[in-house]
Amino acid sequence: MSVDTATVAKIAALARIRVTESELAAMVPELNGILAWVEQLGEVDVSEVEPMTAVIPNELRLRADAVTDGGIRDAVLANAPAAEHGFFGVPKVIE
Amino acid sequence: MTELTDLGLAELRDGIAQGQYTAVEVAEACNAAVAGAQPALNAFIVTTPDKAIEAARAVDAARAGGLPLGKLAGVPIGMKDLFATKGVQTTAASHILEGFTPPYESTVSQKLWNAGAGMLGKLNLDQFAMGSSNETSAFGNVISPWRRNTGDTAALAPGGSSGGSSAAVAARLCPAATGTDTGGSIRQPAAFTGISGIKPTYGRCSRWGIVAFASSLDQAGPMARSVRDCALMLEVMAGFDAKDATSLDLPVPEWSAGLNAGLAGKRVGIPREYRMDGMSADVAKSWDDGIAWLKDAGAEIVDISLPHTKYALPTYYIIAPAEASSNLARYDGVRYGQRDLPDGAGLQDMYAATRAAGFGAEVKRRILIGTYVLSAGYYDAYYTQAQKVRTLIARDFEDAWNRCDLILAPTAPTAAFALGEKSDDPLAMYLNDVFSVPASLAGLPAMSVPAGLDRQGLPLGLQIIGRPLDEQGVLNAGLAIEQRAGFTSRPEKWW
Repeated sequence: MSVDTATVAKIAALARIRVTESELAAMVPELNGILAWVEQLGEVDVSEVEPMTAVIPNELRLRADAVTDGGIRDAVLANAPAAEHGFFGVPKVIE
Repeated sequence: MTELTDLGLAELRDGIAQGQYTAVEVAEACNAAVAGAQPALNAFIVTTPDKAIEAARAVDAARAGGLPLGKLAGVPIGMKDLFATKGVQTTAASHILEGFTPPYESTVSQKLWNAGAGMLGKLNLDQFAMGSSNETSAFGNVISPWRRNTGDTAALAPGGSSGGSSAAVAARLCPAATGTDTGGSIRQPAAFTGISGIKPTYGRCSRWGIVAFASSLDQAGPMARSVRDCALMLEVMAGFDAKDATSLDLPVPEWSAGLNAGLAGKRVGIPREYRMDGMSADVAKSWDDGIAWLKDAGAEIVDISLPHTKYALPTYYIIAPAEASSNLARYDGVRYGQRDLPDGAGLQDMYAATRAAGFGAEVKRRILIGTYVLSAGYYDAYYTQAQKVRTLIARDFEDAWNRCDLILAPTAPTAAFALGEKSDDPLAMYLNDVFSVPASLAGLPAMSVPAGLDRQGLPLGLQIIGRPLDEQGVLNAGLAIEQRAGFTSRPEKWW
């Protein structure tokens, strides 16, 4: 499978990364080079092989349903590019 | 008199405990070395000399007061800038996190401070740990302290992604540093700079507070100038942490006390698939040297096969970008880091502009690959297929453990290359991870130790891979090589 300019533009939109036309043009052959190379995995016989889920067998733990943190609003907001009135500020979403 | 900066972790710790010098003297010596090398090597993104002095003063005061000292009391170390450090900028070498000062401390770094270590600064790395040469950092390349002996002064790669860590330890700026390894990011830079480094079994070190790249692969580990120092530092870094869902709830062995270079009764496997066409004669020779040294240490050498080796890299370059594309979705310009808000932009435009301005080219490339292989219609063909092949790669190792206890291979197919030599061709760069990625995919402990120099005077590393949780076996074989390789070379100071 190979990707064209329209496909790369769509992936970039899905990934929320703005790309210029010239960046797109440069990315298409790069991504195709990488995709053509990973394509060799298709030749491996994986019938009756389960996909890997954990490299080291480990049980998923449950924790007590208890508050272990909290009351640190200002610390949470301290690194926000725009924090207002105790909230994260973002551009207007609803007209 | 030996310079304090030439001493290792354990030596410094013992010297401070015995009163040969104070922790503050050690911190001052390291601070001076860091400051002196920074313009030339660019190993650090930020330096924190006051933090190093503050930790040293606490140790000196504790010693004066007769209080018990920690395992790393008074030793200043470098911290890869992938570990969140409370109140100190943490960037993952990306513009998107420039100015981010965590209000919390990563579990691993906290354990190191609790043991009495001090922080010299935050070490440079490949952006989000994506790279093998430290050329993707938004804060400039790290320059290896090593140069070829051929008279050319070409700037060489310190390896990646822990390139600041490897350069700083090799240049005697610090006795040890933290690294993280996703596909070889501790072992390959250690090999390129003539130092040691170990990636423990997946789950040994908590990932909490480490900027996530590919969560099923990321593991922290130490980088130092001796196997013993690696063992000692790993003891401090490892341990169960309820805050990491994949942390292993197991006791941490006293690896440094358990070190034993006698390998009688151990079988060491030599994987035939790693002997690839085009391997440099020097790398092949160092591998043969390693085989002879381990035999001399009492090990039995056996040929083994890891038949899916050639598929490890393409598997990795599906799984790691897929996980990265998910992990890096959090950088949206809302909660932390940089924001790019064009005039009149809405929320979606802000996300796209922020991520376009904040991420470097290699990070964008991997996010796009990851997004593609996870997208509807392609998920099974790429991602599920890669996870199945990953099972087969792990099974290769399981089969091998029926025939051997440890595996010996080169760490990387080449010695350090020059900056710029591979940066135009992503695939050529990826291929440098060919020997380190398989153990990562299988979650196995693996370390690199220096084996010697190539004909251009550059270090070559040997890699030892062990069974799950057998860090002791890996470290023991590393020690056996260290004792026989007699590697005392160090970069001649030009900076």
